[in-house]
Amino acid sequence: MALHLMDEKGVALDQQRFTWRELTPEPISKLDDDAFTRVRVILMNGIEQEANRFQHLCARFNAHLRLPLARIRRVEHHQQTLVNWLLPPDQSGLETTIAYEQVAIEVTAAVAMKEPDQYLAQAFRFGMLEDFDHLYRYSALLDRLEGKDANNITQCYTDIAPGRPTMVEHRAPEDDLREHYDRSKAHPLSKLHTLTIFAAEYQTRDFYMNIGPTFADPVARQLYAEIASIEEQHVTQYESLADPNESWLEKWLLYEACEVYNYYSCLQSETNPRLKKIWERFVDYELGHLQVVMELFKQHERRDPAEVLPAELPEPIRFESHREFVRQVLSQEVDLTAQGTRFLKGVDVNESAATRAYRDYLNRDGSATETVAADYIWQPGTEVAHRHAMPRQTM
Amino acid sequence: MTTPTSTGMNRTGIQMSPIQAGRLLEITEERPSRPGEELTELVQARESFYRESSPVGTVPPAGSMKGMATTVLETIKGHKPTVLIDKLGERLAFERTGVRLYEAVLTKLDALGSWDGGPTREQLMQIRDEELQHFQMLKETIEGLGADPTAMTPSADITAVEGSGPLMVISDPRTTLSQALHSLLIIEAADLEGWNLLIELADQIGQSDMADRFRAAEQTEQRHAMLVRQWLTQSVKADAERQMSSAQGGG
Repeated sequence: MALHLMDEKGVALDQQRFTWRELTPEPISKLDDDAFTRVRVILMNGIEQEANRFQHLCARFNAHLRLPLARIRRVEHHQQTLVNWLLPPDQSGLETTIAYEQVAIEVTAAVAMKEPDQYLAQAFRFGMLEDFDHLYRYSALLDRLEGKDANNITQCYTDIAPGRPTMVEHRAPEDDLREHYDRSKAHPLSKLHTLTIFAAEYQTRDFYMNIGPTFADPVARQLYAEIASIEEQHVTQYESLADPNESWLEKWLLYEACEVYNYYSCLQSETNPRLKKIWERFVDYELGHLQVVMELFKQHERRDPAEVLPAELPEPIRFESHREFVRQVLSQEVDLTAQGTRFLKGVDVNESAATRAYRDYLNRDGSATETVAADYIWQPGTEVAHRHAMPRQTM
Repeated sequence: MTTPTSTGMNRTGIQMSPIQAGRLLEITEERPSRPGEELTELVQARESFYRESSPVGTVPPAGSMKGMATTVLETIKGHKPTVLIDKLGERLAFERTGVRLYEAVLTKLDALGSWDGGPTREQLMQIRDEELQHFQMLKETIEGLGADPTAMTPSADITAVEGSGPLMVISDPRTTLSQALHSLLIIEAADLEGWNLLIELADQIGQSDMADRFRAAEQTEQRHAMLVRQWLTQSVKADAERQMSSAQGGG
């Protein structure tokens, strides 16, 4: 049954409360929970983090909105705490990284398949193939540094293979910007998709920037530096897809709707009953936020929220393996590149001089994404499992 | 050349900041500590989590347990095979990571060189290969039981958390070969205990062939631990000797 976005009242803002004990729940099991439960936890942390970031920015430019922003933001902050604290401590930083890339692949693929706007769908596919390659590079690191199998995290849902090589993903900033959707014409789903993927990529960038220096291995440190730079490009790309002519309040409305949509999608697919309750609670909290922002929208902009929001929430995001779709995109679009805001075939022939110069300089001393994965082919149980020791003389 | 045992500007101790330390200690004079306090609240807060938390995970059901391997498992009378599979998974993960650790130590040796009585490349390569052989033997043992050697069992998960410290030390380009060997010693000591436990477990459930294979591995690991200990001792002694001779030389 579809959710009526503007009619559902949810939980009133002043009833949204937490205790410290609630905010630090028992984590999910790295071994026993479904990989998509972890995907949902990571995605929702990203959604909340971006909500917090947007609301702070909004407060800096809108004195009259500071109080409602502060009130809603406090709850969003605590929602993010509860969600992110669901990650277990036995999941190493590198294992969490593998999960982040699974989010980037599977959620972006889900969105790309449903996106009604062809140009936006192309942008999502473009970014997805790059994240697909990151999963492969990080898996090589996990195998070759720690002797661990990335598939323990991805649980066979996602292929671990090369995509568009990270080394050629580096582009000049002018080739990362895209055409934005038109706020007055775009399908509401396009707006929700853009915000969702933008939020997921932004948290990935931030996560890599925080965790990169915690590694001792010098190649790992380089690898995080290199892939974080691509995540920064992705944030640039996805951010530029949104119409800059949307007003602050119009954007805020979309952010709240996006949160409802994502929590609602999680609720529809969750297999862990404990988490299902959390998603359900937060759908109601976000509906409560939406009610407040709809009132502010009416009051300050004298506009009907129905101009911006869909009456019913679109079909939820499908948290499932998109193996066939990803393989198809890989076979058809791996050699795609970007020049200005256009996507073109042929990395060698269709790139700007600025991108070539930028990339050549960055890669001048080598690229960790190449070093770490040289000749790497993912094997069940790591590549060590397929190596045979030569007998040696006893010492 | 600066070495980790050279005297330098280490700023961590209170004696390196005589003026600031004097000011800092004013707060301890104003608010003296109460030694012997039992931190009851902190203990109680943790206790409630300890009591209520679920385990990190479970042992996966062996897919082929229903098939040919059932006969093997049936011979393990009166014993839950999951205990064995969990521990076999632990050792498998440990040996596999061991291969990577010795590869990292080999790189360190190539970059920094060794010392009199220190490890040679051949010795480190042999140990790496023996870790690989142990891993392969465990993989076959797990497969023979109809279980999945690609699964991360709860004990494998925990042992990886335990090994994360030594891994960081060994992979850090700033650490010396001697410091890396100290981490290897922790690994080898834990490995020995792991094998001893597996031997006892295999004996207990009447798997004498399995226990014999594990005994052979344990013997090899004893040699590893002994070698690492010797290399490390030589390194520390040589450092101390160098220091003494330079002190004498410098008058």
